[in-house]
Amino acid sequence: MSELGIAERASEAEERVYLAPQWLLMWWRFRKHRVAVFSAIVLALFYTVALAAEFLATSDPGLPAAKRSLLPPQRVHFFDGWRPTLPYVYAFSGARDPVSFKMVYEVDKSEKIPLRLFARGFEYRFLRLIRTDRHLIGVGGDHRAEDVISFLGADEQGRDIWSRLMIATRLSLSLGLVGVILSMTIGIVLGGVSGYFGGIVDTAIQRLIEVLISIPGIPLWLTMAAALPQDWTVIQVYFAITIILSLIGWTGMARAVRGRFLALRTEDFVTAARLSGAGQIRTMFRHMLPSFYSHIIASATLAVPGMILAETSLSFLGLGMRPPAISYGVMLQQAQKIQTVALAPWVLVPAIPVIVVVLAFNFMGDGIRDAADPYGQ
Amino acid sequence: MAAETQPADRRLLEVKDLRKLFPFSRGLIRRVRGEVKAVDGVSFHVNEGETLGLVGETGCGKTTTARCVIRAIDPTSGQVLFRTQDGPVVDMAALQGGHLRAVRREMQMIFQDPFSSLNPRMTLFDLVSEPLYNYRVGNRREREDRVAELLRLVGLRPEFMRRFPHAFSGGQRQRIGIARALALNPRLILADEPVSALDVSVQAQVLNLLKGLQAQLGLTYLFVAHDLSVVRHISNRVVVMYVGKVVESAPTRRLFTAPKHPYTEALLSAVPVADPRARAQRIVLRGDAPNPADPPTGCYFHPRCSYAADVCRTDTPVPREISPGHVVACHRAQDLELKGVHQLGASKHDGS
Amino acid sequence: MQQTHTASSRAAPEAPPALLSVRDLATHFPVDEGNVVAVDGVSFDLYEGQTLGIVGESGCGKSVTALSIMMALSRPGRIVKGEILYRPRGQDPGPDEVIDLAALKPDGKEMRAIRGAEIGYIFQEPMTAFSPVHTVGNQLIEAIRLHRDVDGKEAKSLAIELLRQVEVPLAEQRLDAYSWELSGGLRQRVMIATVMASNPRVLIADEPTTALDVTTQAQILDLMRSLQQQSGMAIIMITHDLGVIAEMADYVAVMYLGKVVENAPVDDIFHAPKHPYTKALLRSIPKITEAEEELATIAGTVPHAYSRPEGCLFHPRCPEFMAGTCDARTPPPLPVSPGHHVSCFLYGDGG
Repeated sequence: MSELGIAERASEAEERVYLAPQWLLMWWRFRKHRVAVFSAIVLALFYTVALAAEFLATSDPGLPAAKRSLLPPQRVHFFDGWRPTLPYVYAFSGARDPVSFKMVYEVDKSEKIPLRLFARGFEYRFLRLIRTDRHLIGVGGDHRAEDVISFLGADEQGRDIWSRLMIATRLSLSLGLVGVILSMTIGIVLGGVSGYFGGIVDTAIQRLIEVLISIPGIPLWLTMAAALPQDWTVIQVYFAITIILSLIGWTGMARAVRGRFLALRTEDFVTAARLSGAGQIRTMFRHMLPSFYSHIIASATLAVPGMILAETSLSFLGLGMRPPAISYGVMLQQAQKIQTVALAPWVLVPAIPVIVVVLAFNFMGDGIRDAADPYGQ
Repeated sequence: MAAETQPADRRLLEVKDLRKLFPFSRGLIRRVRGEVKAVDGVSFHVNEGETLGLVGETGCGKTTTARCVIRAIDPTSGQVLFRTQDGPVVDMAALQGGHLRAVRREMQMIFQDPFSSLNPRMTLFDLVSEPLYNYRVGNRREREDRVAELLRLVGLRPEFMRRFPHAFSGGQRQRIGIARALALNPRLILADEPVSALDVSVQAQVLNLLKGLQAQLGLTYLFVAHDLSVVRHISNRVVVMYVGKVVESAPTRRLFTAPKHPYTEALLSAVPVADPRARAQRIVLRGDAPNPADPPTGCYFHPRCSYAADVCRTDTPVPREISPGHVVACHRAQDLELKGVHQLGASKHDGS
Repeated sequence: MQQTHTASSRAAPEAPPALLSVRDLATHFPVDEGNVVAVDGVSFDLYEGQTLGIVGESGCGKSVTALSIMMALSRPGRIVKGEILYRPRGQDPGPDEVIDLAALKPDGKEMRAIRGAEIGYIFQEPMTAFSPVHTVGNQLIEAIRLHRDVDGKEAKSLAIELLRQVEVPLAEQRLDAYSWELSGGLRQRVMIATVMASNPRVLIADEPTTALDVTTQAQILDLMRSLQQQSGMAIIMITHDLGVIAEMADYVAVMYLGKVVENAPVDDIFHAPKHPYTKALLRSIPKITEAEEELATIAGTVPHAYSRPEGCLFHPRCPEFMAGTCDARTPPPLPVSPGHHVSCFLYGDGG
């Protein structure tokens, strides 16, 4: 009847492309974005740290020790003279200067303390499940890690910064993620409703968004955070802060989703689906949502650093997470005193992971965004 | 053509006085300031088994008319009478919910853009079987067989069922769209510029396919197009629209050889003929079509019409049947001698 | 190269030197997935006051050819081979004094002096050529002052004159309009006026009427013809529409997959086509003057850009395919009548 308008045989590589669903096309495009891939690896490492925080910590992060106050970072030695050897640290001892009342530390070069893998230390529950006292790094023999290891030094209360950093990573990174998931959910639901149904519902939601974004963000956060009862547990504060952050965060997401919905409603393939008998629910979930979830993932990725920074800022100001919780922001509170920073610059170390994580999320988000629409050309 | 002699009861679709107004608003408070009469009292009918060509230029309302017929958008007023498979004639314009859905099963649409009309995230099987799924036709196995059959019918290989649309060229995608439209065995196909996005050689393939399917399956087409050569090729009868109104409708041959509306004449004259020996003095219209939000008085075409008389400036012409099946909305339809495609300098093709 | 002599063998009694000669032009787009050969050894000549029609289906390289001449390829496209010989203004007597545009820097001073000023370009969608935040009058005046040494007042009156020349009604008022306020036809007229501001000698029109309705298309084609008669400029008309070609062109180059497969005076193309592709293309268009039962089609589809066939590019779809010849070697352009060249082994093997 009519000749077959078909390319004769597709090569194997072409066939692979022809059969590739969206996520695979996206992955192929994302893979080309070197920086984004590198950032993804970095973030994977960070989240591994978040999962195995106690295992990677050497000392009990909450344990204060006056005799270690503002202990400087310690060198790990890999050479004995010129000979490579198993890593070891030197023992140290501290004494209070009778004039300035500051701790003065001295390295005792006579005693080498070898570092061990999977050593015993403080007791914890791995992934909140398995009770154990094994740590990735520790010391053997009759030493206690708390007394002899201090990779990144200690804070004013003599708590080990390295160990605290591990725990802080868990809190700060998960808070960013949970916050974004929360704001994304609110945003998609309200934005979707707004865009799909239109009319009065749409107008009402749009006005609400306009009111919300007209409120200056930082004072609003501050007021709400300051209103949190002082006697709340760490978990309660954690969720409260997440909710406070998402309350503002969802508006952008809702607007993006609404815009997409409005644009998609008149797309030919959506009309085609409707005319072929698809109901509202099917049209929405089978046709409309899949065509922009990739964009949502991209915007969500780009929203995480904002959340992390917001938490860090609030906690830094003492209005977000508060001790005994450990987050980057809480740790950086130590850096509020200029004397401390001048004397012990290592208390600023938590700023480094903040910067790295924020950059990595931004780069990865860029990569996802560029790959999000593999049908562009 | 067979359609010319068919009795009135063979009518599958009859559109009566269809109107679609789009209100437009201006300013901060969004007060409605007026209405664009996209479709302004359009009437025509489509006989079973024929192809009715709906032609006109951008903004004449032909696509809006088609979309109102299938209720992709809701008409403001008028009737869209459709004779269903079981016999009764229903008014598509008045149907709601489940009734609309049931009737729409017999009416499907082919879109202009083969790229935007296929969801890129669905495989060929998902796309073509979607209507079957939506109307709960068969189980997965049976749907697979049906999709294979449909793909063969439109000239695609069933093995391609697992591929995504990005594996196909424009012409192949248009075939996919046709397969999807045929899935539910519809009786009326609304084709909205189905070949205008395609290259000429591919266009010929798709036109042949549409003609073949019509003969094979007894389909009826409402074919919306701006390309008059394509319309001449595929249609039995043609309706010409200008600024939301039907200006002329007639059997194809008659419309192309003996047009009775000056706009039709100008339209035919403007088509460049693929023959350098046929270069001739064309009727070149002045200016642009009027804005449908603010049309002129009287006949909408009078500002551009070289035959316009005083009455054209004041009175809206009423469509009149001047010979069987030939309806014209022009005050001077009877006294004008207009030129058809053969007198317009197009020499007989020598078939080389 | 056979085709280099196309010029001398033309039907015209005493052929003047070509204004623009494209010789064996090749343009490639190296992308991640492979090298896209967009233009593959294209040659043609353009003469003063004449219209060359370049016709072909999408992906045949007709637009890339035009952009190559303008030296306005988007990345990663680049000219890998060939010459674009242009005889600049004021040097008409000396046929040897030609510039090879392909050897110029795309953004260099010399190319900028030619692009826009001597070779004008009009797009399919004039909307994209105008800035939406400036009135078309300002943009037109800017174009005039770029090419002519006039003050603001003179430029304005020139602008009005130009708009009248392109038959824009109410020219004075239109100066204050924005491009999005104009209809497609008017926008294309203003676009043409902007290009005409520099009084170009070559006008490249890339599908100038494809986005327009037929009645508007007739107006624009009419206008282009009358402007050509007044100014004697040469036009390269790029289109997929054989009707427009028949209407406008003096001679025609038919392109397929980056190659010119047939090159002939317009009457030959339509009444004595030689290449199987040209023939098939002509048969596949529905005619407004008659009703045919079935249209002739071309088997298969245009091959993918990364998998070009061996030998003659058209052989997998050709009804007159000769095994062992067509799939083995590339057919060279062969003269079949004065000014008519065809790249097909049916007419000899060129060796």
